[in-house]
Amino acid sequence: MGILDREFTDSNIVIAKFEDLMNWARLSSLWQLGFGLACCAIEMMATSASHYDFDRFGVIPRPSPRQADIIIISGTVTLKMAIRIKRLYEQIPEPKYIISMGSCANCGGPYWEHGYHVLKGVDRIIPVDVYVPGCPPRPEALLEGLLKLQEKIRHQSLVKNTA
Amino acid sequence: MTSQEILASLQEKFPNEIFELKENVAGPILIVPAKILLDVAYFVRDNERLLFDSLMVLSGVDVADGEKKILEDGSFEYVGGNLASVYHLHSFTHDHKLAIKVIVPKNNPRVPSVETVWRTADYHEREAYDMIGIIYEGHHNLIRILSPYDWEGHPLRKDYKVPEFYHGMKVPY
Repeated sequence: MGILDREFTDSNIVIAKFEDLMNWARLSSLWQLGFGLACCAIEMMATSASHYDFDRFGVIPRPSPRQADIIIISGTVTLKMAIRIKRLYEQIPEPKYIISMGSCANCGGPYWEHGYHVLKGVDRIIPVDVYVPGCPPRPEALLEGLLKLQEKIRHQSLVKNTA
Repeated sequence: MTSQEILASLQEKFPNEIFELKENVAGPILIVPAKILLDVAYFVRDNERLLFDSLMVLSGVDVADGEKKILEDGSFEYVGGNLASVYHLHSFTHDHKLAIKVIVPKNNPRVPSVETVWRTADYHEREAYDMIGIIYEGHHNLIRILSPYDWEGHPLRKDYKVPEFYHGMKVPY
């Protein structure tokens, strides 16, 4: 359910619940932390580029976690990097969301057995909202993941803790 | 020059040392004693007829020729045995190649650093130290290059055991 479909005929006034308005504002401008880890980051950059155009969903990369709303974990999370990722996540102001992109970030991917240096899933250190499968996922899959996240934010409640 | 000719000129320069030329699928490898490695390195770099001015790659090897001991939990470790440091050299002037191997015991794996001979060796020696655990004596900054500084053990040894936890994060799947 959108917001602009409930406008009056003169299109100057929109009736909406405050919750819906907040959720709509949030899901329409998800600023992403400019952060990439491995080959998934190449697909993420392709998604940001003009052909797939992440910006049409309001996703733009921000250089600082303090200005970001989401972090896309795009690639293999090594144990060395996991400590840094946790710190970056903690620096993002609430509300914050996480998309885990690709098999490595989801569960360790091809490193699940012999990867002594790989964290087997980024959800072991930070809470993940959407998992995008693939190795690496195509831009369409990442866009689908973003739409899922938007769907999740659309049904958030200001009073009830949904996480 | 062929490896045989290089061996002959080395033998001429170091008459009291024993060199060994081993045939390998990737070409002949010259086995050099660890204690004279630095002298050999300077010699093959500066000698007019050799001029090995480029260290193409330096690798660490876990030879794993020790006694294999099965532990109670089903894992294994090698008691004794050797580690090796391998140097692949190339001369731009003469366009010939040479592979040098230094074999050291695993319980005291000390190899002289050739960082002062070929600058390339700096990072390569740090990697071999990080992954295999060879100690390069004389290196100006022998610290881990890939693993975190507080990592324990050397991951590419054949009997390496993956830790259960690292900074509170579970490591096995």
